[in-house]
Amino acid sequence: MRVTIVDYGAGNVPSVERALERLGAESQRTPSPDDISKAEALLLPGVGHYAALVRALDEQNMRAALIGAIQRGVPFLGICLGLQVLYQSSEEAPQLGGLDLLPGTVCALPSNVKLPHMGWNQVAARRSSRLLDGIESSAYFYFAHSYAVRDSQEASAATCWHGATFAAVVEKHNIFAVQFHPEKSGDAGARLLQNFLKIAA
Amino acid sequence: MSLAHRIIPCLDTDGQRVVKGVNFVGLRDAGDPVALAARYNREGADELVVLDIAASRDRRPTFLETIRRVAAELAIPLTAGGGIRTREDGRAVVRAGADKITVNTAAVERPELISELSLEFGAQAVVLAIDAKRAGGHWDVMVRGGRESASLDAIEWAKKGVQFGAGEILLTSVDRDGTQMGFDTTLTSAISRAVSVPVIASGGAKLPEHFVDVFKEGAADAALAASIFHDGVQSIRTLKEFLAARGVEVRLSC
Repeated sequence: MRVTIVDYGAGNVPSVERALERLGAESQRTPSPDDISKAEALLLPGVGHYAALVRALDEQNMRAALIGAIQRGVPFLGICLGLQVLYQSSEEAPQLGGLDLLPGTVCALPSNVKLPHMGWNQVAARRSSRLLDGIESSAYFYFAHSYAVRDSQEASAATCWHGATFAAVVEKHNIFAVQFHPEKSGDAGARLLQNFLKIAA
Repeated sequence: MSLAHRIIPCLDTDGQRVVKGVNFVGLRDAGDPVALAARYNREGADELVVLDIAASRDRRPTFLETIRRVAAELAIPLTAGGGIRTREDGRAVVRAGADKITVNTAAVERPELISELSLEFGAQAVVLAIDAKRAGGHWDVMVRGGRESASLDAIEWAKKGVQFGAGEILLTSVDRDGTQMGFDTTLTSAISRAVSVPVIASGGAKLPEHFVDVFKEGAADAALAASIFHDGVQSIRTLKEFLAARGVEVRLSC
């Protein structure tokens, strides 16, 4: 099985590639809708501004291919913005629609705490999670974001708190997503990526 | 459940070698940033900062290669900087594998640089480094490696930097840097309470108590040090265990 990394031209693709390589997984990075349509497993890493990701998906005709593959049941892992883009829209760029595969919207975290939410935080499981399998509940993950899915969503398998409770781990059928950066989260992050590889295999 | 306080080792390099205070026990090549990075990654560092301390144009390719090799060792975030003057400089550092970029003198001269980097990479990727020196009742911003005054008030500059799009402040006390007398908790607290973004305190660390003070009294979100880690004066793991025992939330697992 090979992981197809959706390369929309920004962000942390090399660190995701290295993290997969350390786990012995084969990966291919591509901006091509054809490659996305043919993928066995998809990974969308995202960092930076929501608008940059959505614009790139549209300008490079990746939106339909991505939605099609996910709806056909291809295992998908979204990281950070790659989680946020699964929802209907985001306050960070209200005029641009997300992939709308999950109900809900992305909101700014409250301003009574330091933003961005930057650093290592713990997550609270709401139900059994395949991504968190074998990871201690006290584990820390690395977060770097100011927006999050704050509504209480049925897809959210674990939450985190920074001024408000938000979705940290999302699992619904073949859709998996995390608000933190597993590729930057030490051993716990490596285990989470390995869990995804097992699910996708 | 809340955000852990971060411990961040810093590698000051001349582009390819760590240049100050390196006497790391048990390392075959103590000046090699790659070997040090691998060690800190294993020992539970929360992030790593790599700086080119006397950045010059002709040495830039060497520094970028250092970033690439260091990034390959890390499963934690990497911040890189030193001599970043343009968006292209920032882009090169990110492409080489850095998650965050630090800017200092060039941002004082042209604050729009902060906005340009923030728009392209996101605020979470832009760290404004401020070197502050006490001048009577306030702190002056120093530039060019702490040698020249920029005639700016450090608190005002920190606020302005955040307005321009910085997502984090790396605050160094020029008065304390290298003294091992402890962090300047008064300065750190003043800046941390004035801005909405996380603040990394730097300068003066030696004892574990210094870290307790900067987190509790200084309201720092993270603390950075260089030579005490390189020289083995402090082990990151022992330091974190000390902090946890004093009620400071830290990440003990790796």
